[in-house]
Amino acid sequence: MLSPAILIAAIVNGLLTGAVYALVALGLTLIYGVLHIINFAHGALLTIAMFAAFFAYRELGLDPYLAIFMLAPAFFAFGYGLQRFIIGPASHGDDRNILLVTLGLAVIIENALLFAFRADTRTIDVPYAFESINLGFTFVAVPRLAGFVAVFVVASALWLIMAFTDMGRAIRAVAKEKLGAQLAGIDVAHIYAVTFGLGTACVAIAACLLIPSYYVNPSAGNAFILVAFTIVVLGGMGSVLGALIGGLIIGVVESLSSLFLGESLGQVGIFLIFIAVLLVRPSGLFGARA
Amino acid sequence: MKDLAPIAGVVAVLAAVPLIVHSNVVLNFMVVALMIALAGQGWNILGGYGGQYSFGHAAFFGTGAYVTAVLQARYGINAWFAFAIGIAGGALVGAVIGALTFRSGLRGSYFALVTLAFAEVLRIVASVTPITGAGVGTLIKLDLRPLAFQFQSRAAFYWIILLLVAAALVTTRAIERSRFGTWLIAVRENEDAATALGVDAAAVKLGAMVISAAITAAAGCFYAQYFLFVDAPIAYGTWISIEALLTPIIGGVGTVFGPLIGALAVRGLGETARALTGDAPGLDLIVYGTVLVLVIWFMPRGLADAGKWLRRARAIPAPQEEASHG
Amino acid sequence: MAETPLVAVHNVSRRFGGLLAVKAVSLAAPAGRITALIGPNGAGKTTLFAIISGFLKPSDGKVRYDGEDVTNEPPHRLARRGIARTFQIVQPFAGLSVRDNILVGAYLRHRSRAEALDVTNRIARDVGLADMLDRPADTLTVAGRKRLELARALATEPKLLLLDEVLAGLNPSEIRDIVPVIRGLCDRGITIFMIEHVMQAVMRLSEHVFVLAEGSIIAEGTPAEVAADRAVVEAYLGHGAAAKWGVGHVH
Repeated sequence: MLSPAILIAAIVNGLLTGAVYALVALGLTLIYGVLHIINFAHGALLTIAMFAAFFAYRELGLDPYLAIFMLAPAFFAFGYGLQRFIIGPASHGDDRNILLVTLGLAVIIENALLFAFRADTRTIDVPYAFESINLGFTFVAVPRLAGFVAVFVVASALWLIMAFTDMGRAIRAVAKEKLGAQLAGIDVAHIYAVTFGLGTACVAIAACLLIPSYYVNPSAGNAFILVAFTIVVLGGMGSVLGALIGGLIIGVVESLSSLFLGESLGQVGIFLIFIAVLLVRPSGLFGARA
Repeated sequence: MKDLAPIAGVVAVLAAVPLIVHSNVVLNFMVVALMIALAGQGWNILGGYGGQYSFGHAAFFGTGAYVTAVLQARYGINAWFAFAIGIAGGALVGAVIGALTFRSGLRGSYFALVTLAFAEVLRIVASVTPITGAGVGTLIKLDLRPLAFQFQSRAAFYWIILLLVAAALVTTRAIERSRFGTWLIAVRENEDAATALGVDAAAVKLGAMVISAAITAAAGCFYAQYFLFVDAPIAYGTWISIEALLTPIIGGVGTVFGPLIGALAVRGLGETARALTGDAPGLDLIVYGTVLVLVIWFMPRGLADAGKWLRRARAIPAPQEEASHG
Repeated sequence: MAETPLVAVHNVSRRFGGLLAVKAVSLAAPAGRITALIGPNGAGKTTLFAIISGFLKPSDGKVRYDGEDVTNEPPHRLARRGIARTFQIVQPFAGLSVRDNILVGAYLRHRSRAEALDVTNRIARDVGLADMLDRPADTLTVAGRKRLELARALATEPKLLLLDEVLAGLNPSEIRDIVPVIRGLCDRGITIFMIEHVMQAVMRLSEHVFVLAEGSIIAEGTPAEVAADRAVVEAYLGHGAAAKWGVGHVH
């Protein structure tokens, strides 16, 4: 019999992890909602960001939470460039080609990292990595709690951008009706690139939040990416709220199934949910019915 | 049977290779390239002709490989039977995945995602269940007899894989000219219009999936016999899902010879890269990824398009595409 | 003397979210005749066709074809029963030749490639595409694509042909050329149900007309009767137009 304390700890940990998953999923769903493409390179981008955060810490002594302020803009620019100068032109607007181009990029990035850094796993040791806070009903690790808070800050910032800035309005216009937005004078290629940049920046922030508690290696992103896909599909493609709620749900599900089924089969549970959602209700909980 | 002439010609030329070349390195390269071509020929039926891009063909390759290996290693079944059962196993997995996904109406990116997920599920399960040897994998015992589908000479393996590739070429050509193939292409081009003309799109796609899975599974079975060792990352890893889609796309998606051309080109590039820079991990996949992006960017219909570039450069009118030959 | 309807819809409604696009519509197309469905844009005509051909399920009501209830059958099965449709926005199989396009339809009733090719050649001759069989379908003009759309549907040897604005986008001489083709199909026993905006064609071809506006039938009758109907004029030209122009009698 599992004690309530273990169960509560598992649930709380699930929520905390789920929040960071949600941030990764947020980037993915934003890109899907506006560009209507599934970014297969998302996991690879997370991996690069984690490597970047790792090296920022090791070479520059930059604390991951501070690194956010350096990496988020850098990765925004990287994502912007990728979409504007590679993905956009290479795919000629064809959905199937976009799939293949992002897949190709994912393969290139992951294997370039493998080539440069080998498959060794690396971790960083921040001084506060093992400190915990007593919440009364359970203990939580400081980095993970900070991560949880940060995700909501980022999500709110995104929401504010979308709702109140000109850029945000333009993005929403393009997402809703591309042709109309074009006719209204909006530079769609630019908006696409900005959105992709925002999605990549989300991933960069998530990487900084993850790095105090996780390892880094060239396939690290893969572990998160199918989870992110599951969340996006569960929450509904293009739905920010869906990504957040879906992330929390999946985080808890993963935590509980790891508790009951063990680590690797826990992963299978997530994939099975993924497949089930795609087969039964592809529009997810909050997405528009296709 | 005039249209089989090109196929016969190409196969005859390839069959002569072991008679001319005796280097084991080259023969090994050719065997692996042909095996990848076979995997790609499977993908091409579903992706090229059917327009359904699967990112998880490893599911079929791996099933073929594991079934063949496990039946021999654990149950002592004859290698040739195990090979046949492996193909059937792959086809069965294809039928299940196809039935689930096509009846749900999944298309495009969602379809790609689901196939990826299925392949990953199989990989994880295979890496933990005892029957596949879990993390350790399955080893087929060395038994150099033709009856055990193991040969001393590499040339024998070469001719067998060539035979399989030839069979796949003939099958592809037959499909192109059949009612099933025409319907499959129609579904690819415009599913609604095809449906309005009486085509049962789900059934046609399912049929394509099963054929596709069987062919790629055959490549997996061959892998097991040639390398005598199978484990989860080899059988169900993303590497084979990527190579299976890469070769037709580069060689010419939806054409008979596309996967073969693509396999030789891609593998050739990979080997050259490796020769130039040493055996660093990941290098060949970097090359593959780059080639994929470049091909989609500049020659979306693969090397078949390259022919068009040359013709345009010499101002010669282009002949009709293969698919529209009446 | 009532004629046997080949296809009939009874009380069919279709809702999209909050919008009721088709409201309890009942109509029937008699066998062997040309029936027209007209009405202003957005009236629900194409929705009705989509329901009859199985692409949409009605929220309410039934579809009967050849004496049987076919309400929930999928489109490919209805095609096998003999219902063929063309699409308002033509959808050729872009990568294929004209011949291969028609072949797709011909294969429905003929397994063998040789037989299907025979049918294809014959149909191509009938609609005037015989000398374009080798061309890629996407190189055809609008008029050519309309003929191809027709040819493909005919290749399935239908009993009921649903034509959705097959004359849209054609110039007067192209219309003049294609009208006899349509009449010829009816002479061969194919029942035709057409959505049209080109009034001259409706007048010349159809024997019975239904007028749909905002999801409901507002008039029916011979072409002449319908043209003189006040409600019809107002549906197209706005409220009060009939009085303003002194047209028609109240229905």
